[in-house]
Amino acid sequence: MVPLSYYLVLSGFLFACGVAGFLIKRNIITIFMSIELMLNGVNLSFVAFAAHWHVLAGQVFVFFVMVVAAAETAVGLAIIIAVYRTRETLNVDQVNLLKL
Amino acid sequence: MTPNLNLWLIPVLPLAGAAINGFWGKRSSRTAVTTVGLVFPAAAFAWALLVALRVSSPGLPYQEYVAHWIRSGSFSADFALYLDQLSLIMLLVVTGVGFLIHIYSVGYMEDDPSYYRFFAYLNLFMFFMLTLILANNYLVMFIGWEGVGLASYLLIGFWFTKDSAASAGKKAFIVNRIGDFGFLIALFLMIQHFGSLNFTPVFAQVQPLAPETASAGLLTAIGILLMVGACGKSAQIPLYVWLPDAMEGPTPVSALIHAATMVTAGVYMVSRSHLIFERAPMALMVVAVIGTLTALFAATIGITQTDIKKVLAYSTISQLGYMFLACGVGAFSAGIFHLMTHAFFKGLLFLAAGSVIHAVGGEQDMRKMGGLRAYIPVTFATMFIATLAITGIPPFAGFWSKDEILWQAYQTSWVYWLIGVITAFLTSFYMFRLLFMTFWGDYRSSQVDEHGRVHAAPGHDGHGHGEPHESPMVMLVPLMILAFLSLVGGLVGIGNRFEHFLAPVFASGAVSETAGEAASRVTEYVLMGISVTVAFLGLFFAYVLYVSRPHLPQKISDGLNGFYTAVLHKYYVDELYAKLFVKPLVDGSTSILWQGIDRRVIDDTVNNAADGARHVSDEVRHMQSGNLRSYAGWIAAGSALVIAYMIWMGVR
Repeated sequence: MVPLSYYLVLSGFLFACGVAGFLIKRNIITIFMSIELMLNGVNLSFVAFAAHWHVLAGQVFVFFVMVVAAAETAVGLAIIIAVYRTRETLNVDQVNLLKL
Repeated sequence: MTPNLNLWLIPVLPLAGAAINGFWGKRSSRTAVTTVGLVFPAAAFAWALLVALRVSSPGLPYQEYVAHWIRSGSFSADFALYLDQLSLIMLLVVTGVGFLIHIYSVGYMEDDPSYYRFFAYLNLFMFFMLTLILANNYLVMFIGWEGVGLASYLLIGFWFTKDSAASAGKKAFIVNRIGDFGFLIALFLMIQHFGSLNFTPVFAQVQPLAPETASAGLLTAIGILLMVGACGKSAQIPLYVWLPDAMEGPTPVSALIHAATMVTAGVYMVSRSHLIFERAPMALMVVAVIGTLTALFAATIGITQTDIKKVLAYSTISQLGYMFLACGVGAFSAGIFHLMTHAFFKGLLFLAAGSVIHAVGGEQDMRKMGGLRAYIPVTFATMFIATLAITGIPPFAGFWSKDEILWQAYQTSWVYWLIGVITAFLTSFYMFRLLFMTFWGDYRSSQVDEHGRVHAAPGHDGHGHGEPHESPMVMLVPLMILAFLSLVGGLVGIGNRFEHFLAPVFASGAVSETAGEAASRVTEYVLMGISVTVAFLGLFFAYVLYVSRPHLPQKISDGLNGFYTAVLHKYYVDELYAKLFVKPLVDGSTSILWQGIDRRVIDDTVNNAADGARHVSDEVRHMQSGNLRSYAGWIAAGSALVIAYMIWMGVR
């Protein structure tokens, strides 16, 4: 049986990749994908723990996360399309209306 | 059962007058202000007279509950009034003399732009003074006590655009505050030990106590502290310095507040507390010594002053000293007797002086007067009567009361008597000096003009500096009435009638006097003869120096060079106080409190806090860049930090 720590390391790695991608990349689509990567990194640790402790709650959580992620994707993609239509760019550095 | 006297009306009526004139006086006509300003004190006087007629001796003391005030645990103090023979006399003196002075003010203040304000203040003063007199506990008395101080402050500084008047008002207020401090502590001691401030329970608890022999003791402490309060209000050594300066106020104010009524509040308070003082011989001695010293001290200063009102001011201090001397030797009724006659003749002297000042167009320097006898005969006649009264020449009022005091003082100690007689001589001298300088000789106004400043009392701008002219009837009538009272006011003292009237109040004080009265009658007549002789001596010297040989005073003052200068400058007491108390206080406040604490500590704390907040936020605001990824970076860094911390905690 694969030890729990392997899963966790992989999960941490995936999450870190997501964070790094989120911070480094400028394209909104890539950033969006990085967020999915982080979510799935977390999902992996949930199922790993669920399997390890034999508790179903972890798996239920994963379903919830997946549902939320799907909903978020729908909304997020809609926003991205709206942004592209108004600004003609997908570079986040140019989408800076929040700045003072 | 005494009928309900509605005593509360007496103080409340002038208060109503003050309120009406104070709130609406500015828009009312002068006639309306005069009517309101006169009718309310007149009503108070009338009611006081009615009360005097309706009460019977067995019905006194009469108490009246007005309103609920403080109830805290077992302690209570209510707005309640107390009437006995003592307060009855004070009541009649204050309302009567007060009303006369109100009438006089109508003429004196005629041209003043703040006419309504004057009457509002004057009525307010009456309210507080009557509260002081009628209080049935020390706390209500203290309200009146502070209130008259306030009214006095407002009226001294009545012409507040004049710098000297404004600072004189402040001086009076602050010096009085020192005395009030003593008074308050005495009240606290009473609350602590007697659990009450009402006269009846306090005195009931004091009554059974034996006289304290040691110099330390509760009653001695209370007595001395009360005397400190009285020293402030009644201008005794060492707190007398405010009264001469208070002459900056309009003359009717000097007459009403700083001669006839308010300054006698201390005497009243000491007499009211006579049960305490009688059981504290040490405190009583302090009262007598302070009174004697003040009487002599102020009289010597009075000799050298040239401002007509200043002479009268020092004379007032000196006469108040007599009253305290009387209280100090246990002759409270003699003190109150002198208080009453003094109210008549000193009120009259001030009003007559006001009439003189009015006549010569605001001039107060006696060196620029002279020969006014011919110009203002009525003023002269009344002032002459008042002078005879104050110097103690029979049968004028002052003779009876002053003689009574000297006689009582002699029975305690011949030292008091001797100083009292010397003071009587000095009194006679400076009063006749004032009279001769003002009314005899030639009118000197034009001769001294070159080095004399034009004295501009704001109330007298309209009066020219031409011929001195007699005052209007509205001013002369009060003068005449007071002159009549100064003439006959002392007669109530014949055969100790006044003393017997007050006997129910001062009952325990009269015990020692009955013994040996017949044997000492000869002594009494001898002493009486001496004091009358001394009064005539003063008259004689003043006549020689200021009428028949006018060059002599200059020679004498040159001969006594150093001493004369010291007396002329009032023994440098003001300067001494300025050096001893005022300057350290000002310096300390400037360098420690202002520059040190206020600027360094308080201001700097506030400013530094604000500066710090601004600097920090100046730096921190750059974090809010609007760059999404930098926010994400901060979040990541923050969560990394939290995770690291938790791991570290977990490892431990």
